[in-house]
Amino acid sequence: MMNYSIALKSVLIKECTRFLRIWVQTLVPPAITMTLYFVIFGSLIGSRIGEMGGFDYMAFIVPGLIMMSVITNSYSNVASSFFSAKFQRNIEELLVAPVPNYIIVLGYVGGGMLRGLLVGLIVTLVAMLFVDIQIHNVFVLIITVLMTAMVFSLAGLINAVFANTFDDISIIPTFVLTPLTYLGGVFYSLSLLPEFWQGVSQLNPIVYMVNAFRYGFLGVSDVDLTFAFAMISAFVVGFFSLAMYLINKGIGIRS
Amino acid sequence: MNALEIVDLKKTYQSKERTVEALKGVTLNVEEGDFFALLGPNGAGKSTTIGIISALVNKTSGKVKVFGYDVDTDLELAKSQIGLVPQEFNFNQFETVLQIVVNQAGYYGVDRKTAFQRAEKYLKQIDLWEKRDARARTLSGGMKRRLMIARAMMHEPKLLILDEPTAGVDIEIRRSMWEFLTQLNEQGITIILTTHYLEEAEMLCRNIAIIDKGEIGENTNMKTLLSKLNVETFILDTQAFDKPPVLEGFEFTITDNHTIEVDVPKEQGLNPVFSQLTEQGVQVLSMRNKANRLEELFVRLMEENKAGGQSS
Repeated sequence: MMNYSIALKSVLIKECTRFLRIWVQTLVPPAITMTLYFVIFGSLIGSRIGEMGGFDYMAFIVPGLIMMSVITNSYSNVASSFFSAKFQRNIEELLVAPVPNYIIVLGYVGGGMLRGLLVGLIVTLVAMLFVDIQIHNVFVLIITVLMTAMVFSLAGLINAVFANTFDDISIIPTFVLTPLTYLGGVFYSLSLLPEFWQGVSQLNPIVYMVNAFRYGFLGVSDVDLTFAFAMISAFVVGFFSLAMYLINKGIGIRS
Repeated sequence: MNALEIVDLKKTYQSKERTVEALKGVTLNVEEGDFFALLGPNGAGKSTTIGIISALVNKTSGKVKVFGYDVDTDLELAKSQIGLVPQEFNFNQFETVLQIVVNQAGYYGVDRKTAFQRAEKYLKQIDLWEKRDARARTLSGGMKRRLMIARAMMHEPKLLILDEPTAGVDIEIRRSMWEFLTQLNEQGITIILTTHYLEEAEMLCRNIAIIDKGEIGENTNMKTLLSKLNVETFILDTQAFDKPPVLEGFEFTITDNHTIEVDVPKEQGLNPVFSQLTEQGVQVLSMRNKANRLEELFVRLMEENKAGGQSS
């Protein structure tokens, strides 16, 4: 019987080696971008805003900004790595090997999660230069960040499966992911919105992730925590099932 | 036991614009320990057949078994028997040679310590050990081909499939690759080779199948196939002659005043040629085959096939 843990470890090593090799492209930009966010929105503008959700504005936006980095980096890591493996055809190295498809999915998704979490850690360290980080519930914090990283790694994989050109892996982040993130309650409390837009915001999955994560830090959330976890879990299961279906069918990878 | 059994294998590629029947019912057996050549012109179905065996292409119908493991029911066991060297470079160009081979071993469940030991063994055998830390994109074409052979050997497969492994490789490296493949075959590894260099197939392989337009035309051993070639062309280097000699009963061409090309049917042999030249005072200094024998036969079979196709 094959030892699949070795195969999974090999894919993870390959994926981590990739994003660490190009650390200037993968790890430095989020640190710089988030520093700018903290300086501009937190220190300069935030000081004039005052409190948000009962907290200093800087403290309020920290969880959302960490989550934003986790989301974009998990997504883009898998989208670009898997598409590049398709493009260079080195995905065939895995397809010819006796590796079950779920190991391929878990390997790439695990790589995306690790990059998302590493960037999240870097952004947290940067945030600590500007604000005293407090943790309300470490368990909620960890579960939320892990599940969110998984959801967006899976989404990146699904995007890469359908992509035919490098443009195809930048369209979704630009036109879907970024607007959803900015409208996902990173910079504001949903209670500031008119009732109608509060209802519309409930359709945005990122709202649940940002708020659950914020609860882990600050103990406050615009949405019910149980419902938030139910939503995130539904996305994990839904995206994992879709990714498995696509890889099992060989869409975009087998002729 | 057969290393490979293929029964009535069909593959149809369908797109909006057209439907292409790439394989029309290929049946093929390769015995364990064989050195087998799969020949055919471009687009004949060689790479599709190899793609199906190695799970890169989904078949339309038919059966494929690798060392008795059916790819429909025991895919992972079937895959673990095979090492594949594809036609196109398909490794990550930004990874190092060592990363590529060690990770590949991992996909087959080989632990990292053993993978590093094997990497040293195979990269040394194939003369790439010095380049182990070089990024793949910096390697020459020949080195990249050798890297793919080393990668395919990392899980020590029982069946090695090479799709045109020596394409674009210089003669010296090609010969060292032949030597390496022969050694592997002597160790008991079954090898299936597709190639455009028919000299390569003739030199290395014991059995052969010729595929054209998705069908197997010939499937026999090399000796039997070559015996079908009943006319060979010889080039005779002679002492310079003033008057061109005449060879009655033979098709011949005088290339210059010291070279004669002559077609010799097997049943006639070479003695009458030498007798006639001696009678005319022409001394033969040396003699060689004009073309690779298998190449001649292959071209003829393809022409026959084409003529058959046109008449049907």
